[in-house]
Order: sequence, then C-alpha cells, then structure tokens
Amino acid sequence: MSPSALRRAVLLAAAALVLPLALAACGSSGNGRDDLLVSGATSLKRAFTEYGERFSVANVQLSFAGSDELAAQIRSGAKPDVFAAANTKLPEQLFAEGLVEKPRVFAANKLVLAVLDNDTRTRAIEDLAEPNMTIAVGAPGVPIGAYTRKVLGRLPASTRRRILANVRSNEPDVGGITAKISEGAVRAGLLYATDVAASNGRLRAIELPPELQPDVAYGVAIVKGSKRRGAARDFVVGLLRGDGADALRAARFEPPPGS
Amino acid sequence: MTRGRAFPAALFVALVIVLAFLTLPIVAIFVRSSPGELVAALDDPGVLDALWLSLRTTLIALAIIVLVGTPAAYALATRSFRGKAIVTTLVELPLVLPPAVAGIGLLAALGPAGIVGGAIEDAGVRLALETAGVVVALTFVAAPFFIRGAQVAFASVDRTWLEASRTLGASEARTFLRVAIPAAAPGMLAGLALAWGRAVGEFGATLIFAGSFRGRTQTAPLAIYERLGTDFTAALALAAVLVVVSASLLLTAKLVGGSQVADVAR
Repeated sequence: MSPSALRRAVLLAAAALVLPLALAACGSSGNGRDDLLVSGATSLKRAFTEYGERFSVANVQLSFAGSDELAAQIRSGAKPDVFAAANTKLPEQLFAEGLVEKPRVFAANKLVLAVLDNDTRTRAIEDLAEPNMTIAVGAPGVPIGAYTRKVLGRLPASTRRRILANVRSNEPDVGGITAKISEGAVRAGLLYATDVAASNGRLRAIELPPELQPDVAYGVAIVKGSKRRGAARDFVVGLLRGDGADALRAARFEPPPGS
Repeated sequence: MTRGRAFPAALFVALVIVLAFLTLPIVAIFVRSSPGELVAALDDPGVLDALWLSLRTTLIALAIIVLVGTPAAYALATRSFRGKAIVTTLVELPLVLPPAVAGIGLLAALGPAGIVGGAIEDAGVRLALETAGVVVALTFVAAPFFIRGAQVAFASVDRTWLEASRTLGASEARTFLRVAIPAAAPGMLAGLALAWGRAVGEFGATLIFAGSFRGRTQTAPLAIYERLGTDFTAALALAAVLVVVSASLLLTAKLVGGSQVADVAR
C-alpha cells in the first residue's frame, strides 16, 4: 500500500466518520441562537419545559433523569451548561469536586403520599403498613428515595419495617414511581407534591404530618467550563425571579426557604 | 500511487475504525478500575442477588421459549399457509422493537389496569413488579431470536429425511422429535445462545414492566443502572461480568452453530 494511497484512504474514512458527528454536535436549531444544555431532576420536567420555551437568550435543550444519574454523567465528563438537582447535596458535592460553580437554592418542594384519585381507602402514611398494600419508592441513591427513607426513619421501627416489606419497586426517578401508581402496578408511592399536581388529576396527594416532612430544597449550578456561561447565568437568575420562578410556582413548587 | 490500491486501503482503514469504535467501550470497562477493585466490588450482596436473579429468570424464560417456540418454529418452517409472511413478520417484530416500547406494551396489556391484566389478576396471577413479570419481559424480547434460529435450522433440514421417516411409518410427531430436532440442533442452539444473550442484557422492558427490587425484579442490568450514581466501581464490576457472559454466549453460538449462525444472526 503506497503512503499516499493510505493517506487518502485515512482522510476519506475520517471525513466519513467526522462529518455526521459534526452535524450532530453543532446543534443550532436553525434560528441562530446558541443551545443551552440544561440537565434537571425528573421532577422539574414540567416547570423547566415551560421555562425553556419562554427563555429568549438561548435554545434550551433539556435532559431529565434522576439527579444522581445526572451528577454521575457530569462526573464522568458529560458537560451540560446547567445542572439542577432535587436536593442541595449533589450540587454541593460537585462544587466541592470542582466540577460546578457555587450552587444556589432555587425552589422547595414537599413529599406527599400519592395514590390513584379514586382510591378512597388510603388516608395516611400508616396505611402503607397494611398487609395487602403495595408501594413504589425511589432508589436509595436518587433524592426522592433518600427523602423517602428520611420520612420512614421518623416512623416507629415496627411501622417502618412493615412499610418496607410492602415496597415492590425502587425506581430510578419520580417518573417511574408516577407510572407504577398510574398503571395500578402499585397502590401508593411517595412523590413530590409537584408530581401529583402534574398528573392532571390522575393521582391524589395525601399530605404528610409536619413532623415527618423532610426539607426538600432544589439546588442549581452552572457547570464549570460552560461555553455559554452568560446564557447559563441568565437561566439561573430567571429561576430565582422571572419566567423560571413563575413556571416553578405554576407547577406548585414553593419558593426557596428563607426568600 | 495507484488508484487500484486506494480502495483496499480504504476498506482496511474502515475496518480498523469499526473495530476500535466497537471494542473501546468494552476495553474501558476493564481498564477503568483495577482487577482487584472489580473483584472486591462483586462482594456486594446486592450485586450477587442481581446476578443470581438474572441467571434464574433468563433460564426460566429460555425454557418457556424452547418449549413453545420449537413447535412454532417447526410450523413456520414446514407449513405454508395464507398470511404466513405476516405471521413471520409479527413474530420477528420484537427484534427491532425498542425495549421501552415492549415494556409499556406489556404494562398496557398485562398490568393490573391492562387490557387482559385484570383477568389475569382475577385468576390470582400477578405479573407487574413480580419476578414472573421479569420472565415475561425477557421471554417477549428474546423469543424471536430463538424462533428465527430454529425456523431457519428446520427449513434447512433435508426434506428427504423427513419424508423417509414418514415413509418408514413414523408419525409426524415422532419425525419432529427424532429426526427434525436432532438435525436442526446446531442452529437451534445458536439461536438459543443469542436469545440468552438478549435476555441477559434486557433493561428497558424489565424496568418499565417489572420495576426494580433487589432479589425480586432487579436483574444485573438494572443493578448497574441503580449503582451508576452511587457506586460506579460496583456498576463497572457488574458490567464486566456481563461482558464475559455475553461474549461466552456469542462464542458458544458461533462454535455450536457453525454455518447456521450466519443465518440466525442475519
């Protein structure tokens, strides 16, 4: 094989490989604005989707998953511009690891017991300990799962044991829990109040007694090395006051504590 | 430089790129953590539970697939009937169906609120979020791999053998068991190995239909997903085990299946 023939072949193959990737990567959506990549906790889906549509500075590209999943992606080098989690722990950890800028608390939420709207038998968290109850909760690593375990930890040990015995699935995010209840695969689950509000009446929320309620605060941070830092800053500021805050209130998120 | 050499060179370079691209993730799983770390991470009860559950559920699914799929594949290979092409296509559909579609379809069909799930529930059988549901999901996604393999294998059995068996007075059932199956065995085994590989790797349909609960519905791929955010090394260790298992199954398929494998994998 002559060197120049090889070189030509390499160039050809490289072009064939790189061209589609380049097309996929330069995701300008045609209207000239930059793309702003925002990865957010699944529970933020409704609020962020609405905010993203109104955000005029950039094209907001949203990616939703369990907060722990998104944090793991950032740790392994995937770089969105903004990371919004359903707790403050994960953004603070990433900040300590030097992966994101200083996080800010932008919203609060409540944990509720969620059942189908037509379920009139379930009235309180103690009902989860009934022998024929079935429950879906979040996996321990995802914020909803951690909050749920905090709530259960405040119950008497015997009640907690009976509730845990009724758990049928540890879901990777709130979407999985919502679907399992909606489809009748389980009768109840612990969700955020906003998830029930977003279910269009399919689910009903049963409030937890104040002494069981954990502090649910959402943290947001700009990912270090973001090439669209200005737009990312605008996005975060808008979450605290502006269109983002409005979208969060419309989705029933509470203002951040102490604001 | 000559024109005649550029094309072979391009073929060679393309092959190198393909090989590098397809093996890089596999290599990364093994080099990202030290072998010692990987082995230590396997010493996690949750990881062992997941592997054990994967083994049990895939074996049960395979048993069901072989028992029902073998005669079905024989029918497809030896009978011609109106609409056979449609039937074959429908049987093969799960091969190309996104697993999430399979999962939501199973939930809509066999879940408690599903179109036949209520009747199944009344009969006292619960599938969604149960180990039996994992088996159903695995069977759904893996069955076509075996049925396709068996169908091709049966079709390639020399017809004169089957006719000779019938002429010598054997019933069709006996011919099927004593002549067709032994003759088609290599292709069937190859299809079985591929079906097993698909079942071991099943993720989306299982998560949606059967959920994720340690020891009950959390198979190895689901355990990997759960550990992604919290214990990356354990996730890598499980992934390494699955690479070895999957590679062994593919190798088995190639060794026992011989030339019939090419048809199965097509």
